[in-house]
Amino acid sequence: MITISVDMDACENYGQCCFEAEVLFRLDDDGKLVFTAQAPDDRLADIEAAADACPMQAISLMES
Amino acid sequence: MKDQVVIVGAGLGGLRAAESLRGAGYDGHIVVIGDEPHLPYNRPPLSKEALAGGVNVEDLHFRRRPTIDDVEWRLGAKVVSSDLEAGIVRLEDGSEIPFTGLVIASGIRPRQLPIPGPTTGRVLLRNADDAAYLRDRLGPDTHLVILGAGFIGCEVAATARKLGAEVDVVALDPEPLVRPLGEEFGAAMRRHHEANGVRFHLGRTVQEVLGDDHVTGVRLDDGTELPATVVLEAIGSVPNVEWLDGNDLDLSNGILVDDSMRVVDSPVPAVAVGDIARHPNALFPGEPMRVEHWNMPTEIGRHAGKTLAALLAGAEPDPTPFAAVPSFWSDQYDLNIQSFGMPGLGDPVLVDGDIDGDCIVEYRKHSGEKDELVGVVGINRSKDLLPYRKTLQSRQQ
Repeated sequence: MITISVDMDACENYGQCCFEAEVLFRLDDDGKLVFTAQAPDDRLADIEAAADACPMQAISLMES
Repeated sequence: MKDQVVIVGAGLGGLRAAESLRGAGYDGHIVVIGDEPHLPYNRPPLSKEALAGGVNVEDLHFRRRPTIDDVEWRLGAKVVSSDLEAGIVRLEDGSEIPFTGLVIASGIRPRQLPIPGPTTGRVLLRNADDAAYLRDRLGPDTHLVILGAGFIGCEVAATARKLGAEVDVVALDPEPLVRPLGEEFGAAMRRHHEANGVRFHLGRTVQEVLGDDHVTGVRLDDGTELPATVVLEAIGSVPNVEWLDGNDLDLSNGILVDDSMRVVDSPVPAVAVGDIARHPNALFPGEPMRVEHWNMPTEIGRHAGKTLAALLAGAEPDPTPFAAVPSFWSDQYDLNIQSFGMPGLGDPVLVDGDIDGDCIVEYRKHSGEKDELVGVVGINRSKDLLPYRKTLQSRQQ
């Protein structure tokens, strides 16, 4: 499993992660980020791409 | 010689190239050479959060994928020349580092005008040291004059106002951010800044920096004198290509690469990544361009690493041409500005909201019968921009 965490103080809800890892990251009706904290290993490339793309560099991930 | 990739430049582009090489299966040695003493770090905060709150490079370091743990970092080392045919780059201390594959990721530096006057108190903003220097000089007793009204100029203006400094912006352009946003939207940005106490001197240039040992002011071309304790020059950038001189490459504006990011006319496997690469983009056909947006080194790096790994394995690169949607964002006051595409290629149309508040502006290009979306800019409307990115990404089909 991959554990995703987002520094919500840094997050500015730009939504760039939502393109890279759809479903896992999304903006809600108010435009605020919601994300899934645990993801299967086969989403690693998407999650890394989401972390790469974040303008605020607020996304971190841990493989376990 | 066993395969060795040398990456010149330890910024975002160099990092992404290293990760992509490993991702594409290249398992030879990688040496990354950077002229700053730091591991790759994120630069955009240097005009915003880090400038406001204090510059700590450790906090700005990028995450490095575990796959590049064995990369050799040669930091604080400057590459001064190269011989691609012979497969070597030379450092300032005269040492030579051999390579079988080269990644050009040496980036850009701020342009500096030859304006007469004292140099102490004049600053450029590119790296963490620059930001720390500027940070130490910003406060309620500061009078900052900024030359240039692009992103860096405007972001620093907003940050400096937050820190209580007096701010004057001098630019030859008719409005701030006119090149990426157009005149009308630029004027709205000017009004935001003016409401926050920034003074603009547009259509003007600085003829002289005043003061004996230290900056005390500037004189504009119309004779106006503005007091200043610090002067920031933020008038664009110059690609760091000098170390490539003598290799018969096209260095006319950065380094020219093909649609696989391979360096044109290179005698050896070589790619370029990031702000320095002048590249085609299948989504925006036409002349190759350098696009200094933050997402591009990541997009280009992904492509370039794969290309170089293929070349080193004796294979042809993936023929799928590079295609990416450029994107920028900017924080100024309570405005989150975000863009997708190439707004500079089209004419702006306000499609939603108020140009002086939250809004969406489409940029459309008309040629003959065709009226197509080439870019979009939104203020505080990130969610509504998401569908635009998808539309722009599908331009190639």
